[in-house]
Amino acid sequence: MAMLEVENLSVNYGVIQAVKGVSFKINEGEIVTLIGANGAGKSTIVKTISGLLKPKDGQITYKGKSIVKEKAPQTVLDGISQVPEGRHIFSGLTVMENLQMGAFLQKNGSEVNKGYQEIFERFPILQKRKNQDAATLSGGEQQMLAIGRALMAKPKLLLLDEPSMGLSPLYIQEIFKIIKELNKKGTTILLIEQNAKQALSIADRGYVLATGKIELTGTGQELLANPEVQKVYFGG
Amino acid sequence: MQIVLQQIINALSLGSIYALLALGYSMVYGIIKLINFAHGDIYMLGAFCAYYVISLWHFNFIIALLTAMIVSALAGVVIEYFAYRPLRKSPRIAVLITAIGVSFLLENGMSYLVGSNARSFPQVMEQVNYNIGGIVISNIQILILATALILMVLLQVTIKKTKMGRAMRAVSVDPDAAELVGVNVNHTISFTFALGSALAGAGGILIGMYYNQIDPLMGMTPGIKAFVAAVLGGIGSVPGASLGGFLIGILETFFQSIGLSAYKDAVVYFVLIVILLFLPAGIFGKNTKEKV
Repeated sequence: MAMLEVENLSVNYGVIQAVKGVSFKINEGEIVTLIGANGAGKSTIVKTISGLLKPKDGQITYKGKSIVKEKAPQTVLDGISQVPEGRHIFSGLTVMENLQMGAFLQKNGSEVNKGYQEIFERFPILQKRKNQDAATLSGGEQQMLAIGRALMAKPKLLLLDEPSMGLSPLYIQEIFKIIKELNKKGTTILLIEQNAKQALSIADRGYVLATGKIELTGTGQELLANPEVQKVYFGG
Repeated sequence: MQIVLQQIINALSLGSIYALLALGYSMVYGIIKLINFAHGDIYMLGAFCAYYVISLWHFNFIIALLTAMIVSALAGVVIEYFAYRPLRKSPRIAVLITAIGVSFLLENGMSYLVGSNARSFPQVMEQVNYNIGGIVISNIQILILATALILMVLLQVTIKKTKMGRAMRAVSVDPDAAELVGVNVNHTISFTFALGSALAGAGGILIGMYYNQIDPLMGMTPGIKAFVAAVLGGIGSVPGASLGGFLIGILETFFQSIGLSAYKDAVVYFVLIVILLFLPAGIFGKNTKEKV
């Protein structure tokens, strides 16, 4: 059984129908990527899964339970965390406070402390900047903080929305490396990317979105080799 | 010199009350970007609540203060729930006009219920004047100042050190991201209204003790002055609101002491115009940069 199953999802964004009958699924332990150009509806899908947006139609099932009506705090409790597009760290709060916010729903104090240690081991730079205002971090550091914050909720399924956006090539490599490591440690990942080549190269499976519909699907390698994908995303 | 010191004492007492009110304005603005024009009337409710519990049940100062704060906090939460929450997705101007409507409702509703006459505030305690080197300071003034300062410190600790305080700050910078980490945004907004309104209620009982007089329209002018104080300090900034409150209190007392009592309100409004022209972000305000 799939961990997350999206069936026939339609979402309106204002007056525009941004997502038109999209279906896909994610199995436990996979990295699944949704790729597509700006405005293809990728972010809208992620926001609907995490409960920020309400769909017009369709079903979202997580571990056999319908979560289509759940609001964001409940989906976090279920084990789905989202790293939003554009990072959205809390400026004015310190790096440590941002991580504390990530553990907002965690009740077990010693587990939370262990969580901080794990985050600091994975991202030593965050420990160094612990007491700094998060807004003073560089783009790449902010992305690490955003991922660290989401990990503090101990997610089983991590939704990453454009994690490489606006980062320098060095940081992009770093972020993709981290995603692979997280997946190896047992976190299932839904990766939204415009950087199709990178995303497909680490993904088990991928879906190509265009104007709110799924156009193509296959394993990461299949899609990388697909002439149509190559034409559109890698300039032929 | 003595006169100056005497006036500073007076200014600080008055300023601390403005500061309590300004804090509520600033916090509510910080979290839902609304100038809550009904805030001054919450302070009137707090004063009336204290008036009744002191004259009917002879509560002492601490209990009366706590009662006024709790009743005001509830009033703030109820107003937010019924008047502002349904408009969460509406244009800001609609919410602003609603706030003015709520303000009228409270003022006229109270006039209808208890009459619009001013009434004298019951004495909570015997006034004792201390003469320190020619400066007269009353125990009431000390009490006002101490209460206000303690509340401000408690507020600062709540915002900086507690989980709810962190959630408030998180919601005020990024409500969507806060929701994504599991914060219930509506509860956090209610909590903010409760805190801000409780401070206004405390301001209400303190002003009753300061002027010895209350009436249903008492919230109008102090409400607007506290708004000016919040803008002066940088709206959305908690230390800014405290500083702004004290500055407005000092300014007003200064103009009173040089014999221009008639202009003490006009001067505050003039300050608003000057800030908006030359320092629109206020003293502690930050120019928010949008990062994509």
